[in-house]
Amino acid sequence: MIDSIVSVINEFSKYIIPFLLVGIPFYGLIFKKIKVYESFVEGAKDGFTIAVRIIPFLVAILVAIGMFRASGALDLLLNLLSPFLTVIGFPPENLPLALMRPLSGSGSLGLLTDLINVHGPDSLIAKIGATMFGSTETTFYVLAVYFGSVGIRKTRHALVAGLFADAVGVFSAVYICRFFFG
Amino acid sequence: MLNYIWFGMMLIGVVVGAFTGNIDAVTEAAIDMAKVAVNLAIGLIGIMALWLGVMKIAEESGLIRIIAKGLRPITIRLFPDVPEDHPAIGSIVLNMSANILGLGNAATPLGLKAMEELQELNPNKETATNAMCMFLAINTSSVQLILPATVVALMGAHASQIFITTIIATTMSTIAAVIAVKSLEKMKRFSFSHGGDV
Repeated sequence: MIDSIVSVINEFSKYIIPFLLVGIPFYGLIFKKIKVYESFVEGAKDGFTIAVRIIPFLVAILVAIGMFRASGALDLLLNLLSPFLTVIGFPPENLPLALMRPLSGSGSLGLLTDLINVHGPDSLIAKIGATMFGSTETTFYVLAVYFGSVGIRKTRHALVAGLFADAVGVFSAVYICRFFFG
Repeated sequence: MLNYIWFGMMLIGVVVGAFTGNIDAVTEAAIDMAKVAVNLAIGLIGIMALWLGVMKIAEESGLIRIIAKGLRPITIRLFPDVPEDHPAIGSIVLNMSANILGLGNAATPLGLKAMEELQELNPNKETATNAMCMFLAINTSSVQLILPATVVALMGAHASQIFITTIIATTMSTIAAVIAVKSLEKMKRFSFSHGGDV
């Protein structure tokens, strides 16, 4: 039952982008008589300026994350936390992914790939990892890009709220998967 | 907060790197990541141009206004400070739709467009508004209905099992984000006039 729903959704998702790329100009040209080519070019112009504007913010965030990751501090944190995690039912194998997820998209994808290869896709650890990956975001990257694009430097409560949401996503992934696949 | 975390990550990186003998790797990572950041931004140009172009057509044909109107009951609660007819609402709604549909590379340009429009309403251009923080937190909590293609590929036949768990977990994290933003924005430490948290 779920299998077929998922395959329908995944099949359907392949058509979303092509549909949008054709459907939106279709609506504009046929129903509203918009000069779609001119509008497209006009809008596309902003792509360059926005991308360039976020560079300093991205450099700042990614350099700090890169230094932190390369130092091996994550392993240290892992050793420190794992006895405590076992007590609350959080598999220590999933901790690196949970800690990496807000920092780096490619890094956390690498960790997830590794988890699935080592433990197998039918393992609880792989399922928790995949759920974690799907329910959290690379908070630091999003923060740097979104705020950087408009030059916001004082981010107020956005980071705390984003990290809190990630933590809730991580713990939800653990306990929901334990409940379903325990 | 961001200032301490940013500095803290670099400091921990150097201190731990010195103790574990990874100090060369730390240096290399700093230089590599500076390049990666620029490559990432440059790589965004094309995708940004594509979606911002399509978005412009959607805007001029009135499509965005129609969608934004339909979802107004939700957005008015999340973004009470943004006027009903402001273009930011349209971009926010489209960004969330792209996220829900798992269209990551469409979501970013739409999100940046929304930030630009929210910035128009901002009296202090360097400090994030309540609406911006809410928008960002919702984005970082990853509202998603369709599993990321990479996860589907990795999990193979088992992908369908984590479909439900991911939806539940991501819903929980989004609810947490909304509650966190709404409670934190009232705190003096984070208040807009306070100039924001350092």
